[in-house]
Amino acid sequence: MAVTHTDPATKPSKAQPKATPKKSAAGSALGADLGLSSDDLLEMYRLVALSRAVDERMWVLNRAGRIPFVISGQGHEGAQVGITWALEKGKDWIAPFYRSIATCLTFGMSPRDIMTAQYATASDPSSGGRQMPGHYGSHEHNLVSVSSPVATQLLHAVGLALAAKIRKTGQVALTVMGEGSSNQGDVHEGLNFAAIHKLPFIFVVENNGYAISVPLARQVAGSSVAHRAAGYDIPGVTVDGTDVLACYAAARDAVGRARAGDGPSLIEAKVTRLTAHSSDDQQTKYRSEEELAAEKANDPVPKFRAQLADAGILTDEAEERIKASIVADVDDATDYAESQPDPQPSTAMKWVFAEDWPSEAPPPWGLGE
Amino acid sequence: MALKTFIEAVREGLREEMVRDESVIVLGEDVGKKGGVFLATDGLWTEFGDDRVIDTPLSESQIVGTSIGAAIGGLRPVAEIQFADFIHPAFNQLVSEAARLRYRSNNGYSAPMVVRAPYGGGVHGALYHSQSVEAFYTHVPGLKVVVPSTPYDAKGLLRSSIRDDDPVLFFEHKKMYRSVRGDVPEGEYTVPLGKAQVTHPGTQVTVIAYGLMAHYALEAADRVAEENISVEVVDLRTLRPLDKETVLDSVRKTGKCLIVYEDNRFGGYGAEVAAIIAEEAFDYLDGPVTRIAGPDVPGVPYNHVLEEWFMVNPEKIADGIRKLAAY
Repeated sequence: MAVTHTDPATKPSKAQPKATPKKSAAGSALGADLGLSSDDLLEMYRLVALSRAVDERMWVLNRAGRIPFVISGQGHEGAQVGITWALEKGKDWIAPFYRSIATCLTFGMSPRDIMTAQYATASDPSSGGRQMPGHYGSHEHNLVSVSSPVATQLLHAVGLALAAKIRKTGQVALTVMGEGSSNQGDVHEGLNFAAIHKLPFIFVVENNGYAISVPLARQVAGSSVAHRAAGYDIPGVTVDGTDVLACYAAARDAVGRARAGDGPSLIEAKVTRLTAHSSDDQQTKYRSEEELAAEKANDPVPKFRAQLADAGILTDEAEERIKASIVADVDDATDYAESQPDPQPSTAMKWVFAEDWPSEAPPPWGLGE
Repeated sequence: MALKTFIEAVREGLREEMVRDESVIVLGEDVGKKGGVFLATDGLWTEFGDDRVIDTPLSESQIVGTSIGAAIGGLRPVAEIQFADFIHPAFNQLVSEAARLRYRSNNGYSAPMVVRAPYGGGVHGALYHSQSVEAFYTHVPGLKVVVPSTPYDAKGLLRSSIRDDDPVLFFEHKKMYRSVRGDVPEGEYTVPLGKAQVTHPGTQVTVIAYGLMAHYALEAADRVAEENISVEVVDLRTLRPLDKETVLDSVRKTGKCLIVYEDNRFGGYGAEVAAIIAEEAFDYLDGPVTRIAGPDVPGVPYNHVLEEWFMVNPEKIADGIRKLAAY
């Protein structure tokens, strides 16, 4: 298993990653030792590249004044696709976080679903335009609705794992957040409970080295979240989060343990943050030009592309085909979101509760009718 | 009909709902073998086992947060917070998560769950075993808040709370657990959420109360009846959603209203009731809307003299009624 202890987020390497040879040392095709076919790898690549393209379009729309806010997953896509690929779509659960675009796309949400969230349209499946962009969720796809206070979702995934264990559904629940969020008390409380009860739960930390502006050394004592797993007597691994197949391998192991009743696992994926924290942040204020340039060497998108091309899986023809489909998907999602109506005040009092809720004292200005 | 204590009614309600619906689970600190520090869950672990009666670590945010997740996953968790005073670490999970889940997902998700917590003073519990915390949660749309005062209502409202599709906070005054007895019928019945009850009809002054104060209000009504003051007592039973109509109907009839709550006076739940009466029944009022409530100190002091000074009691309520009746 390709679990490493390299630290691309904080110790940028000057060297470009070496291309993977067509055959592994054992002589098998790329991914074969992980049970991944060429079609699987091409689909994983499409998802990585699609997530990047959707994300880049969001920034263009923000700078063009079409959408007010962007929070980005650029640099996290490889880890997200690799890890999510190990779960069973439509069965298992994920409680995502605000950078989880690739996670959500891999688990079944569409570019239209992501883009309508940016525009906060009535048809936005995450929240019907009620939440800020980045708060993705879809009951149809077992992606739990997420809030803005960080790390709260860990306990929801633990609760889902508890329900799965009690109801014997065979489901696994995974949650993911940044290393900054991992310092919240809910993380300790949830890991402790999940480990006590050997719940089918996976905790993924996408460590990009920064909590907005604060670097790893100022947020995580010892600089390793994975090491904390020892305190709960569960496995904790650090994996190169820009290596899609390494991330898949780590997640596949964790899923296997969870399904076998062996309890929770912690995966710390070292990723890069290629953009500012959000469209309201200027990261050059706290990160040097040299560091930002070095980050680009750890971009998972060209890295995975090169890996698949070198293995002879991503041919020029396949790449052109994928590229064309992505351009069409992103354009379609943008056009669709642009055309969708806003939610109306007549709906704003709905879904406080299951039943109608006029409130004891509704607003004197009514519901816009 | 059988005479039962308040806590027996709670325990029976829990047990019968667990028998009726196997998705109902109980979790909290010491709720298992011990049966809870007040014995509200006594016997449930023996009957339903480890999977459905779960002793948790001392981590209230986890108790509520995992309940939310378990509810999403198809269970109906009934969480016990050992004392309402210790619910504060779970405030974020209750307010940011449970309350907002349905609204923020546009009805994609919901958290059908109950959080039970013993509250209230008068039991030598001092600052951290006496608090009334309802106002923090009645302020939040998306949460239902229930405070029963009789064994009958405790069982019937607990059943309705467990069957409700949204999160319910269920506060039980700990002084009532063994001191209050009442008739509880055999067989299944429910008491609907959001319905107040006139527990003492009268004509001159409306007294609005809930929980232990609903009993004290009845005692006060009896005291002033000897002085020819006719009091109507409204027991709210559910604080949110508020049964505004029952409140307003009574105040429109009597023209005078005293609101009683044990919590600190300033910004307490009764302040909102007073505001609604002022806004919607002003034309019917023959006197100021007044309150009898706990003093604005940071907690109920331990020493018995100080605790008695803090606690609202029937005589303090009767004094409030007399002043209002004379207005």
